[in-house]
Amino acid sequence: MVDLAVKINNLEFKNPVLTASGTSGNAEELMDFYDVSKLGGILLKGVTLRNRDGNAYPRMAETASGMLNAVGLQNKGIDYFIANIYPRIKDYKTHLIANVNGSTVEEYIELTEKVDELENISAIELNISCPNVKEGGMSFGISCPSAEAVTREVRRVCNKPLIVKLSPNVTDITEIAKAVEGQGADSVSLVNTFLGMAIDAEKKIPLLSTITGGLSGPAIKPLALRMVWQVYNAVKIPVIGMGGIMNATDAIEFMLAGASAVQVGTAIFKDPFIPVKIIDGIKDYLERHNLESATDLVGSLQL
Amino acid sequence: MSKKEVKNLVVVENVALNSTNFLIKLKSSESIPKIEPGQFVNVEIKDTNEIFLRRPFSVFDMDYTENTMSLIVKILGRGSKKLTEIKKGEELSVVFPLGKTFTYPDINDKILLVGGGSGVAPMLFLAKEAGLKKDNVTMLLGARTSEDHINVQKYEQYGNLYFTTEDGSLGEKGFVTAHSVFKNLKTYNKIYACGPDAMMKSIAKEADKAGVFCEVSLENLMACGFGVCLCCIEPTVKGNLCVCTEGPVFNINDLKW
Repeated sequence: MVDLAVKINNLEFKNPVLTASGTSGNAEELMDFYDVSKLGGILLKGVTLRNRDGNAYPRMAETASGMLNAVGLQNKGIDYFIANIYPRIKDYKTHLIANVNGSTVEEYIELTEKVDELENISAIELNISCPNVKEGGMSFGISCPSAEAVTREVRRVCNKPLIVKLSPNVTDITEIAKAVEGQGADSVSLVNTFLGMAIDAEKKIPLLSTITGGLSGPAIKPLALRMVWQVYNAVKIPVIGMGGIMNATDAIEFMLAGASAVQVGTAIFKDPFIPVKIIDGIKDYLERHNLESATDLVGSLQL
Repeated sequence: MSKKEVKNLVVVENVALNSTNFLIKLKSSESIPKIEPGQFVNVEIKDTNEIFLRRPFSVFDMDYTENTMSLIVKILGRGSKKLTEIKKGEELSVVFPLGKTFTYPDINDKILLVGGGSGVAPMLFLAKEAGLKKDNVTMLLGARTSEDHINVQKYEQYGNLYFTTEDGSLGEKGFVTAHSVFKNLKTYNKIYACGPDAMMKSIAKEADKAGVFCEVSLENLMACGFGVCLCCIEPTVKGNLCVCTEGPVFNINDLKW
């Protein structure tokens, strides 16, 4: 019997497959299809201090092997989440992880303080990499001083494991990873979407209302895999890998490159059962390779 | 919320209704859940990497003894084009049932159903399922030319059928809202519409003027179909709502048209 469990910081996950923020709602939407207790964890929809309407329609464009989105963190704010959503989902038997977003360091702090009090939120993912908001978001994640500052301040008020979600839209992602590790991040998750663009040539217009948006899906997988590998070799804290994972083989590749766990995102739009299929596929792989534990995969790439 | 499924259904029929519309009938090996007029399914297009996302289609008809669902697929782009090339016996992965239904009319209501383009499918499904006396149901279908209209003769048993074409080759000439049924909108208790945005907007305007209940079914671009991607939003009086879960059917009073 293989052991699928992985440990990240002081959290034990029943398997290494989590769903990425912004692709699995607040877990309830997946419950329409299956019991989410099968999953290692769920990164909840990105939350902000106050209500955000998000960007104007159109917010999505299909591209080769992927898609662009420019949702812009639409959510009803943390107080609505605490009063209305949290009570409905808090007893799901999986790790619920909040994805927190701010436009200023002060907002990140205030938001983290509120989330920190929610007993059944297992960890906080600090999103300093959203490419679709005018203020804050990715701007914090693309320079070392600002990534350090926000991580340092949030760390002071965060008593839960702190995962920092990194942007791939940088010259050297290892520098940012090392910077947040130095300020007390417990782990890093990567990558968020790549800034991209799509145009309707006939109409001569951009396909997104915001002109640019975040690219996700299999199109970014080799780029994401490379960054996970680089970061795994640059920091001592655990790495959670994501970017275009569509099946168990993709997930295993990220673990071989150094990811302690993976997040499945855009694949859910194609088929919400893909995370469950990946869990089964990892189990099969471990059996086939005579490995006892999913942990044995982490960083075991042979050079 | 009802349970949703992702299932492989077998194509048992794929026939061209005319040069741009195809009827695709899909069969489930198990009993198929109830799907009502207005609800939709999200279909995976097996293809190249160019078509990454599923494509949503309104359900045109259901048969619970045969366990089949029928879709009318109008060729609009590369996804729908590819889908119409599927062969009998092949399988399609379908996510269903998605979205909300139209508000069913009361038993003595007089209703007007207006369909254009691919919006014809849910209108005909509603005409069939509404369970009204034939004389209380008016169906108005619009297209560019007579060749774009599909054969809907068998729907005459559910209501009175009228047509418009932009070139006057079938029915009255012009857009649907220019049709004579729009002169007496107040005789209807409920108006339902599905089709291009511009068509629905002009219908909504007329219904609003006449003060008649009106629901429209929107076709915003979507990625997931079940409320997690937040891409298909429509601005409403209740804020930005997902067309896939809060719609696709909306009362015009809730829209910011």
